[in-house]
Amino acid sequence: MSSRDVILGRVRRALGGPAGPPSSYGDAIDRSYLREHGGRSVEETVELLAENLADYRAVVHRCGAAELPLLIMRLLAERGPESVLVPPGLPPEWMSAADPPRVHDRAVSTPAELDRVESVVTGCAVAIAETGTIVLDGSPDQGRRRITLIPDHHICVVRVPDQVVSSVPRALERLDPARPLTWISGPSATSDIELDRVEGVHGPRTLEVVLVSGE
Amino acid sequence: MSGTYLGMPAFPEAAHDAVRNTTLRANLRHATHTIRDKRARAVAELDDWARLREAGKQIKDHTLRHLEHYLVQLEESVTAAGGTVHWAADADEANRIVTRLVLATGEREVVKVKSMATQEIGLNEALEAEGVRAYETDLAELIVQLGDDRPSHILVPAIHRNRGEIRDIFREEMGSWGRPAPEGLTDTPAELAEAARLHLREKFLRAKVGVSGANFMVAETGTLVVVESEGNGRMCLTLPETLISVVGIEKIVPTWQDLEVFLQTLPRSSTAERMNPYTSTWTGTTESDGPRTFHLVLLDNGRTDTLADEVGRQALRCIRCSACLNVCPVYERAGGHAYGSVYPGPIGAILSPQLRGTQSEIDASLPYASSLCGACYEVCPVAIDIPEVLVHLRERVVEGGPVTRRGTKVTLKPARGHAAERAAMRAARWAFTHPAALAAGQRLAARTRRFHPRTVPGPGRAWTDTRDLPQVPAESFRDWWQRTDGGKEAGK
Repeated sequence: MSSRDVILGRVRRALGGPAGPPSSYGDAIDRSYLREHGGRSVEETVELLAENLADYRAVVHRCGAAELPLLIMRLLAERGPESVLVPPGLPPEWMSAADPPRVHDRAVSTPAELDRVESVVTGCAVAIAETGTIVLDGSPDQGRRRITLIPDHHICVVRVPDQVVSSVPRALERLDPARPLTWISGPSATSDIELDRVEGVHGPRTLEVVLVSGE
Repeated sequence: MSGTYLGMPAFPEAAHDAVRNTTLRANLRHATHTIRDKRARAVAELDDWARLREAGKQIKDHTLRHLEHYLVQLEESVTAAGGTVHWAADADEANRIVTRLVLATGEREVVKVKSMATQEIGLNEALEAEGVRAYETDLAELIVQLGDDRPSHILVPAIHRNRGEIRDIFREEMGSWGRPAPEGLTDTPAELAEAARLHLREKFLRAKVGVSGANFMVAETGTLVVVESEGNGRMCLTLPETLISVVGIEKIVPTWQDLEVFLQTLPRSSTAERMNPYTSTWTGTTESDGPRTFHLVLLDNGRTDTLADEVGRQALRCIRCSACLNVCPVYERAGGHAYGSVYPGPIGAILSPQLRGTQSEIDASLPYASSLCGACYEVCPVAIDIPEVLVHLRERVVEGGPVTRRGTKVTLKPARGHAAERAAMRAARWAFTHPAALAAGQRLAARTRRFHPRTVPGPGRAWTDTRDLPQVPAESFRDWWQRTDGGKEAGK
């Protein structure tokens, strides 16, 4: 008998015989919890996102679409990276003012090569106001998971208000589970040493989120 | 479970030294109180907390009742997404499967995300025996591994170490595992974290095989979820070519939507944050993003035995947030090591004796490692009634009775060490069903009260070592009632 059969047999016996398929799971659970917490206007939701991002020590910037290229240029200039990593589908105008040469993540590039790049610029799939979270889903403007992991400085552009949702339930509704997702709330952090929070153990030590409005 | 902790003394003995270690006690007190207070604030932010907790409980209970269905569904969806599913009935089988998969890649080292399941089965030791080195990459797990130590907390495994101890461990041990600690390393947390970053990065960048657990598995989609803070999880889940995840069969949730409950309750209950810094989800393999090969090892190792116990099965709802540890007065003083298991604290006291059985001295003592104050139940985000299970397990230890071990029903004998307690309970039962004898006994006790000892001899001594016996009153309640007609007459 295979271990699969052994385990499934044990489950059956433990529950006193074969349990039929769960009928209408949708009704089985009391989901009277809230879809989002508190009533907010669109502006208030964006404001809450900015607050909660900052609370998790992400650096938050706000600008209109026209100012975005200059802002990105300035943010990169402050760090002075020799090169900047960009995903294949990043809107080209975002980087139109930036100085450092752009590096692309190729299938043949090794993690060690990516380790030599200081900064990365991406878009996002959705941002969650109540928790201060941005979610990446590997779309062309976000790239592979590894590019937002290895460089030390991540600039993430969030289109407001389109990409902002209030809550975790609202975010899950929008996301496709078939894609690999990375939820990011502030920079990498640890509290393992006497519960003192230290930013940046393995992921980017600096997360800058740009909330860009208008077209 | 593996033999890692077998041969441990019973809880009272193991806790004996811990409660007298003032450094440990101070570290623990500071840590548990800090998280506890922060957690209360994080939970208070959500005014539907009670409903989220109830939904979490219902989702888990429903899944357990239909576990066979969801296991089969999960297997189908993981396979359809490009993963391979393996089934492991016990720790040895899981270790054999993982070892075989690693050796088949031709690699001799793996990077690991912190995982309770792989610790439970002693995977690192099993890999070591086959010449494969497993590197723990969570900072706290690294401290534990380098210090040749054992974890003492579910969430912060090195909670028992202070910064000075950590610096010494890094200075002395990092060199023999890879990149040595930087010259002149001080004990500031930032410098220690930086040393860990440098030490581990060379391992991440060259690793070909990653090993993880998972916080949740979604049956409907075949999605696995890992929540973490440092980014070491992301490193292990995305950089290697092969990913092997070892996950207990109780970690299933039926649908993608169910994550909306647990992604709200887990971070707030565990690290007291609105959200943990990183959450990764993956569904099988993705073309040109992340590992090309994905294996899921579904682990039983006592879980189906636990499922067979109608009272005890609620322990399988646990989402490993560790909130119960931080509020437990016993954990706060005894520390995690005294529990002799990878699952310490109140949840460990009910989970370990069920996963492993109560035959060993340590497992038989664990249901007693509690004051039954109920704080653990109050904070549990899936409403596990830990005190109820503790009392249930105490009864099983003392009285014996039918249990399921490795899928087979067996009858446990009453534990030997509890003969005196059983005799006392039998005597009490007899006395309470014979009122005349009880009244006579009480009168006798009242009259001889001056001669009563302040400590109990024999097996009861341990109890009275740290407690005072109540004094026998000069008159029993019944006698007082009769004499005063229920307090109506004077002279009461």
